[in-house]
Amino acid sequence: MPLTQFMLLSAFLFCTGVYGVLARRNGVLVLMSIELMLNAVNINLVAFSAQLNDAAGQVFALFVIAIAAAEVGVGLAIVLLIYRNRVAVNLDEIDLMKG
Amino acid sequence: MPVILAEYAAQNVSFWIIAAIMAAAAIGVVTMKNIVHAALALVVVLAGVAAQYILLQAEFLGIVQVLIYIGAVIVLFLFGIMLTRAPMRKSAEYDNDQRPLAGAVALLIFGVLAYLLADEFSGDKLNITQPMATSAIADSIFRSYVVAFEAVSMLLLAALIGAIVLARRD
Amino acid sequence: MLLATEAVTHAAGQAGISEQAWLIPLLPALSYVIILLFGKKMPKGGSESGIIAVGLSFGLAVLVAFDWVKNHAVVDQHWVWWHNGDFKITIGQHVDGLAAMMFVVVTFVSLMVHIYSTGYMHGDVRFTHFFASLSLFTAAMLFMVLADNLLQLMIGWELVGLCSFKLIGHWFEEKNNSSAALKAFFTTRTGDVGLMLGIIVAFFAAHGTFNIATINKMALEHEIGHGLLLAIATLLFLGVMGKSAQFPLHIWLPDAMAGPTPVSALIHAATMVVAGVYLVARVYGVFWEGFSIEAGGLNWMALIAGITMIIAAALAFVQDDIKRVLAYSTVSQLGYMVAALSVGAWTAGVFHLFTHAFFKALLFLGSGSVIHAVHSNNMSEMGGLKKYMPTTFTTFIIGTLALAGIFPLAGFWSKDEILLGASEGGYPFILTLGLIGAFMTACYMGRCVFLTFFGEYRGHGHPHESPRSMTVPLILLAIPSLLIGLINAPGILKFTHWVAFEPGVEHFHLEHHDFNPTLAGISLAVAIGGLVVSAMVYYWQNVPAGLRGATDRGALRSVKTLLIEKYYLDRLFVDGLVGFIKGPLARATYWTNQKIIDGIVNAVGIGTKIVGRFTYDILDQKGVDGIVNGIGVSASETGGVLRLVQSGRVQQYALMLFAAVGLLGLALIFFT
Repeated sequence: MPLTQFMLLSAFLFCTGVYGVLARRNGVLVLMSIELMLNAVNINLVAFSAQLNDAAGQVFALFVIAIAAAEVGVGLAIVLLIYRNRVAVNLDEIDLMKG
Repeated sequence: MPVILAEYAAQNVSFWIIAAIMAAAAIGVVTMKNIVHAALALVVVLAGVAAQYILLQAEFLGIVQVLIYIGAVIVLFLFGIMLTRAPMRKSAEYDNDQRPLAGAVALLIFGVLAYLLADEFSGDKLNITQPMATSAIADSIFRSYVVAFEAVSMLLLAALIGAIVLARRD
Repeated sequence: MLLATEAVTHAAGQAGISEQAWLIPLLPALSYVIILLFGKKMPKGGSESGIIAVGLSFGLAVLVAFDWVKNHAVVDQHWVWWHNGDFKITIGQHVDGLAAMMFVVVTFVSLMVHIYSTGYMHGDVRFTHFFASLSLFTAAMLFMVLADNLLQLMIGWELVGLCSFKLIGHWFEEKNNSSAALKAFFTTRTGDVGLMLGIIVAFFAAHGTFNIATINKMALEHEIGHGLLLAIATLLFLGVMGKSAQFPLHIWLPDAMAGPTPVSALIHAATMVVAGVYLVARVYGVFWEGFSIEAGGLNWMALIAGITMIIAAALAFVQDDIKRVLAYSTVSQLGYMVAALSVGAWTAGVFHLFTHAFFKALLFLGSGSVIHAVHSNNMSEMGGLKKYMPTTFTTFIIGTLALAGIFPLAGFWSKDEILLGASEGGYPFILTLGLIGAFMTACYMGRCVFLTFFGEYRGHGHPHESPRSMTVPLILLAIPSLLIGLINAPGILKFTHWVAFEPGVEHFHLEHHDFNPTLAGISLAVAIGGLVVSAMVYYWQNVPAGLRGATDRGALRSVKTLLIEKYYLDRLFVDGLVGFIKGPLARATYWTNQKIIDGIVNAVGIGTKIVGRFTYDILDQKGVDGIVNGIGVSASETGGVLRLVQSGRVQQYALMLFAAVGLLGLALIFFT
């Protein structure tokens, strides 16, 4: 199998994730888009690991998965807090750092 | 030779089918107006990723992917949707105003990435002779990357505690 | 300022006591300090300090003179007391025949005057001060004589001028006296401008040295250009004109008689006024080459000296004040000395200085004795004093005969040598004037003697002989007046041998002319003729009928008026020069100052103010502050604009982030 197709897939997923991060209003949806990005990276890592026959790629992918899980946990906790303060979780309205 | 070809062709075909499904689902995640549908589309994407891992002969990782992501993370998302009382119906509220720009940026990045990657790695062929042994991964983790492993476990602990602290009512 | 001691001794060899000649001025200087500090408390009011000091100096001077006569070794030493790189200022001593002679003369006359003054100034209101000034004067004069370089000479020169001022104005309660002192000071000062300029030019011409011996040598060996030497000589001669009362700066000397008589004797007859002559004699190389004395004919110095000789003698005829007669006589005799030097008769001039010191001091002191007895200066109130004051009379006669130049007294020999020098040196003009002057000298002195001592007493007092303190110096001065001329009589010629101008240059020597009996006879006859004429008019009253009262009629009357008015020179100087400066020149200067200079200054001030205001208002307030404020405002405006980017919305930030990444990637693709 050509390697590039995995690359392209990975790139596509990543960019979709980017679009999602930028264009979605709900915090949970943003987190989902971040998951998309992380998975895209994972595909890349594993593809290279397979090509180079090096376990390191898969090890990194594992770590990424672990971190992603942790991140989602904390992220949702934060979203919950925001919800508690403001009922609706619209990222547009969170502009306390407005200059 | 025909066996190899057939094998080769089978992997390719399966890759493309799974990739198509994943792509569609990914687009669905970021565009669907129903948040629960978006979550489910994410499930599809994650499953597709697991399938790709299997295709890449990274079986352990594929299993882990299914277990962790689909098993835990998505559940977490759904709980989050529930707890934040997100409107679980079709709502136009889920997209913000900078969609066109975002689309443009995303396309731009995709273009750049695609070009760079294709330019660099075109012609490389994957030559997987046998699946990656889980023991090899284990060895790698507990020998070369043991520090990272410990760090990640610390991270998980911190995230755990942090999430609890953040989210508790008091 | 590094003090370096360089005792550079030239050709000293066997000089003994002469090397301690620096003590000679030092002793009177110490006396000056002592009198200033303790004079009032001393029993004799400070005079004993002065007499002892000058007496010791005299003794030392005699020893130095003997040493010189025996060894003939020049002492030329100096000590650098200040230097600035190559430029050195030194203090030193140069002892040779001329210096030794001057030491003896100055200390002897000063000693006589000191002793005399104890009697004359007895009971004076500023007795101690007088003696202090006398000591200072003696010290300064000796310091000047000792000098080996022009700067030191000038210091002594100026100091004696100062002392002269102090002493002339001794009785300054009367305006006349202080005016006379000022006149003396200013007139000599005018000449001193020339002296200073001359010294400066000489310094540079001689490539940076003030040393007199060096300058003489360079002048005579033609190392300095003739034009430069002429300039130096002329400038120095200006100083001589002031100090030694040559025409036209002689005007101060007669007025200086306002001072006490001992002062006149010491300063204005024997010592200070000869400072100018001494200068010429010392720096003779410059004058010899500068005025081309060898050439003969006439030169500036001779011309002025000749004029001085005659006009002063003429003025002596119309004076009533006995001191003024002697003062004009001094001016005339100074003319003789300068004339001698100007015709190349160096030894004659110096010898005349030597003899003149003695008999002129004698005459002055004698006149002082007379004044003291009669309590008046005017000869119209004297007469027939020979009965009352025999000692004074005798010594006065001796002095007169010496001055008139009667054989074998001192004046004969010295005056004769001058005339000899003039005739042999090729200066017939000076010879003629000299002879005329000799006649006039004898004549006016005769007039003076006859009016004072002969005839009937015309005054109102009771004249008596003066005390011993006054008559003893008269006697002591009469002896050299009688005899000292014989030192240089033909055949003996000791003075010429001892006191000579020896600059150490090979091809130079001054001619010494042999005694000319004819000339001597003529000058003697002239002198005796003068005395006879004066006797005819004033003693025997035996004037031919036609000439009687001649001076009151016609042309002679105007001549007499001219003489009485001193040739209107005083009017010229006071009204003309001073009046011009006080009047028009001062007014013009004031106008220039007020209108022009003040105008410029004010304009500058106003201009500066305007510039200042402009700078403040426009440049600073608007310009610089504008720029500074502008920077602040623009920073805040830019911040205000940039602030809008910070919407607080994370997704917007993320958008910008990713867009940047994309663009960078693009750049990466295209540029690598």
